[in-house]
Amino acid sequence: MVAQPRAEAAQAGWREFIIEALIRVLGFSTIGFVLLIFLFLLREGVPTFYEVSPSNLFGTHWYPTFDLFGTLPLLLGSALVTVTAILIALPLGVATAVFVREVAPDWAREVLKPLIEVLAGIPSVVLGFFGMHVIAPLIRETLGVPTGLTVFTGGLLLAYMALPTIISVAEDALDAVPKSFRDAGLAMGATQWQTIWRVVVPAARSGITTAVLLGMGRAIGETMAVMMVTGNAARMPFTLDSLFRPARTMTATIAAEMGEVAQGSTHYHALFGIAIILFLLTFLINLVAASTIFKKQRRGGLR
Amino acid sequence: MEKIQVNHLDFYYGSHLALSDISIPIREHQITALIGPSGCGKSTFLRCLNRMNDTIRGTRVTGEVLLDGQDIYNRNTGVFELRKRVGMVFQRPNPFPQSIFSNVAFGPRVLGLGNRNELAHIVEESLRGAVLWDEVKDKLHEDAFSLSLGQQQRLCIARAIAVKPEVILMDEPCSALDPIATQHIEELMRALKADYTIVIVTHNMQQAARVSDFTGFFWMGKLVEFDVTKSMFTRPSQKLTEDYITGRAG
Repeated sequence: MVAQPRAEAAQAGWREFIIEALIRVLGFSTIGFVLLIFLFLLREGVPTFYEVSPSNLFGTHWYPTFDLFGTLPLLLGSALVTVTAILIALPLGVATAVFVREVAPDWAREVLKPLIEVLAGIPSVVLGFFGMHVIAPLIRETLGVPTGLTVFTGGLLLAYMALPTIISVAEDALDAVPKSFRDAGLAMGATQWQTIWRVVVPAARSGITTAVLLGMGRAIGETMAVMMVTGNAARMPFTLDSLFRPARTMTATIAAEMGEVAQGSTHYHALFGIAIILFLLTFLINLVAASTIFKKQRRGGLR
Repeated sequence: MEKIQVNHLDFYYGSHLALSDISIPIREHQITALIGPSGCGKSTFLRCLNRMNDTIRGTRVTGEVLLDGQDIYNRNTGVFELRKRVGMVFQRPNPFPQSIFSNVAFGPRVLGLGNRNELAHIVEESLRGAVLWDEVKDKLHEDAFSLSLGQQQRLCIARAIAVKPEVILMDEPCSALDPIATQHIEELMRALKADYTIVIVTHNMQQAARVSDFTGFFWMGKLVEFDVTKSMFTRPSQKLTEDYITGRAG
């Protein structure tokens, strides 16, 4: 090796140092911002836990005008809409991923993959608008319910929004299944369908779980479309027909009321309290999703 | 008696001729070994026998492969039925990421053979057939990946024999295994010979000499020589064969 002149080497070292430091600062600042946001949430939201009595806070009525801050209907509303969305999106998403990865001819895959990405790019307000004016009337008329703005309508739209995430993550999971498994299945005399169903999909199980959890994280945090189509009535979904009645989610509550609330009031703190709950929920879901990804990688290493 | 008779088989990857004019008889209840250097087409040939090459796009076969006198490339032969009759064991052990039991039960389940009790019986019988039963009988529901590589390969053999095939194709089944595990597989092959017709591809000439009854030597997509193993390894009729088995070519 030829020795570099010392000055040049020193300069190169300096440049390296600056670039490295810059990258490090940028990287850590992301973490820093998340922490700051969380601290802000805590500062604004924690007061609600001593300003409002627990029995009120976890009660069944959300009427801020009468100092009733029961978050239970909102929690259940979010849960119900999310679960509905996942129940619709899971079979559709996995089936689409299987089709795109395992069955579709090359040209169809070339067309489908970018289309699915476009799907992810549709602004939620546009979807909400579509839901309000196309899906809601359709549901009202076909099911004969008083209003088309229901949990089911919201679930349907959210399913649509969670689909791109579920499809692309599930597709990656299927892609990671070694060809040798497929060969083994086919060589046993299994049909392509049997091989997919009994070998490939089970082998991609952890990745598909991750896909669903990420889709769920996407669905539970979604605001605009949900606010536009779920009717926003904070009622307890205890009757059997709750699926086809309006509900109100945590996100929609915050979005709808934050603009009119007096800063520093109990109501204001309660909204931030909801935000904390929401933050913790999504954090938890993402954590579980991340840990299943980790498991998949370890498993991959064993092969 | 011939279990499989291959006549004038040509095989193409796209427009590339990978195998040309292969004719070979495969005797029933005998072990036929295919040897030759890497890339000579022996594995490709093996995969012609259960039509696994069908899964690769742009491949084409001409000539005939007669299984019990019936051409497997004939339109009337179902490929799934064929693969049930002609099982395969791969180069690297490839058990499914499932329990030991489900691995062996896979074939019978897919083909809809047997209820729960019969299934348990088939699994035990197959694992005994692959001389693996005593090692795994207490942990049938553990992950197949908890086994050693040699055990995994015997599990794959158990999985293949669970559907009672007539022929078993083995594509370098010992290349990922240590000598002891290799010895186990070779003993197993000799035992399986009574019930199955076996075709094994191997790059290990000692292995071919040890286990096989007939040997075919492939070189650059052609079958150079086919003979009884003993004659082939003692008095090869072709100069090329002699050079290869004595290590001067390949």
